[in-house]
Amino acid sequence: MNIDFLYFALAAGLGIALLAGPLGSLMVWQRMAYFGDTLAHGALLGVAIGLWLSLSNDLAVLLTCLGLAGLLIVLQELHLLATDTLLGILSHTALALGLVALALIPGARVNMEGLLFGDLLAISKTEVFTIWVLAGLVLAGLGYWWRQLVAVTVHEDLAQVEGVPVRRVKTMQKLMLATVVAVGMKVAGVLLITALLIIPAASARRFSHNPEQMAILGSVIAALAVLLGLTASWFLDTPAGPSIVLAGGVLFGAASLSPKAD
Amino acid sequence: MLDKSTLNQPKLPTKGIEPLLSLRGIEKHYDGQTVLDHVDIDLMPGRLLSLIGPSGCGKTTLVKIALGLLKPDGGEVTRAAGLRIGYMPQKLVIDPTLPLRVDRFLQLAEHDKTLCLEALTETGVAHLINRPLRALSGGETQRVLLARALLRKPNLLVLDEPVQGVDVTGQEALYQLIADIRTHLHCGILMVSHDLHLVMAATDEVVCLNRHVCCHGSPEQVSADPAFVELFGSRQALYTHHHDHHHN
Repeated sequence: MNIDFLYFALAAGLGIALLAGPLGSLMVWQRMAYFGDTLAHGALLGVAIGLWLSLSNDLAVLLTCLGLAGLLIVLQELHLLATDTLLGILSHTALALGLVALALIPGARVNMEGLLFGDLLAISKTEVFTIWVLAGLVLAGLGYWWRQLVAVTVHEDLAQVEGVPVRRVKTMQKLMLATVVAVGMKVAGVLLITALLIIPAASARRFSHNPEQMAILGSVIAALAVLLGLTASWFLDTPAGPSIVLAGGVLFGAASLSPKAD
Repeated sequence: MLDKSTLNQPKLPTKGIEPLLSLRGIEKHYDGQTVLDHVDIDLMPGRLLSLIGPSGCGKTTLVKIALGLLKPDGGEVTRAAGLRIGYMPQKLVIDPTLPLRVDRFLQLAEHDKTLCLEALTETGVAHLINRPLRALSGGETQRVLLARALLRKPNLLVLDEPVQGVDVTGQEALYQLIADIRTHLHCGILMVSHDLHLVMAATDEVVCLNRHVCCHGSPEQVSADPAFVELFGSRQALYTHHHDHHHN
């Protein structure tokens, strides 16, 4: 029996897990879960745009997520509405728009369940390669800007006075998140990718004394969730993406029972 | 507009010493409301200038303009060449999901842990180096924030309400520490406060702000100034937020 697909699924899952620690920690600290959801929902629209323009699916989704991140940054800076309300409107409008757009494309045959919840076991070698290349780039970016990202998280004005280019750092963080969401939707789908980023980091909080510990431990827990989820998926024949997120949820529950570090 | 105006700026009558920071005719408006109206302030090296005024008088806005965090709608900000600002913000709120201890907090500004420990020693809280920030008291937090400002080896310290959330005895000790640091480092200090009485002893100069500069001078001059008395009540009365001062 050829089980290459399982290795590809594992490789793709671990690629996202690697980023879930640091990127997810930043999202947890800055309360950006909703922002991530909005980007993820926009990814569905990206699929529709890709089909419409006969672009490569990966490219269309990536560009749509990056574009949406840029739009959100501009809208937040204009202070038209409270960020929470703004994201509440845009997040579900984007999801609805994606669903409607996909329905309107003549002859489009899409695997809707795969888009919404991920289709990890059907992932191709090329897609795994794309995930690892982009994950590598984002990881390098996170490493390069890490101290500045944490400084901005702690106190924006103080960071600015100390010479951190706050606006650029925040923009880069959001673009990196958009990239990970775009490639991560293969793993957990547009509805679950944010959970895959946030749950491991939140689980790591209880065992961490400093930001770096939380980031690294978050990745370890995410990798564990990928392993557990895929194993469950293999033996119980459950969908891979939801199984991974559920494994993360179980790990979070177990972590919550242990005493808090700081 | 910022910084490049040093050349065409007229020399100030200060015996040849350049101010660390010079604000000229600063204006700021929000939604048609004037928050700052032609504010002039000079901060000289080694001097401690206290900025006082009631809530909503534009102190924080002015400080943000001085720090370069906000752009004024009018006027000019001139910073001395080689100016290094150490900033102590009014508040530090650490999200409970962020594990952060004092050492790592300081290392966001300075990698070298020995220097971090030195700064903490200077502000009298070296024993807190391994404590989580969220476990600190108000006074301890202010001293840690001050240590971080010192790590910049500043020649200008900007302290926004440095005794906020500190009990009365702690406030006096903190003001004393700030006075000592000024003597020790010879840096200029711009301090925001809403209580003249506590800052009087250490302050060289007071600027009383209420959108415009109401009065300006030594603490003795300012506390006797009719504009100050009108704004704050008599010198003996403790500060209240009552405001009966009218502007055209």
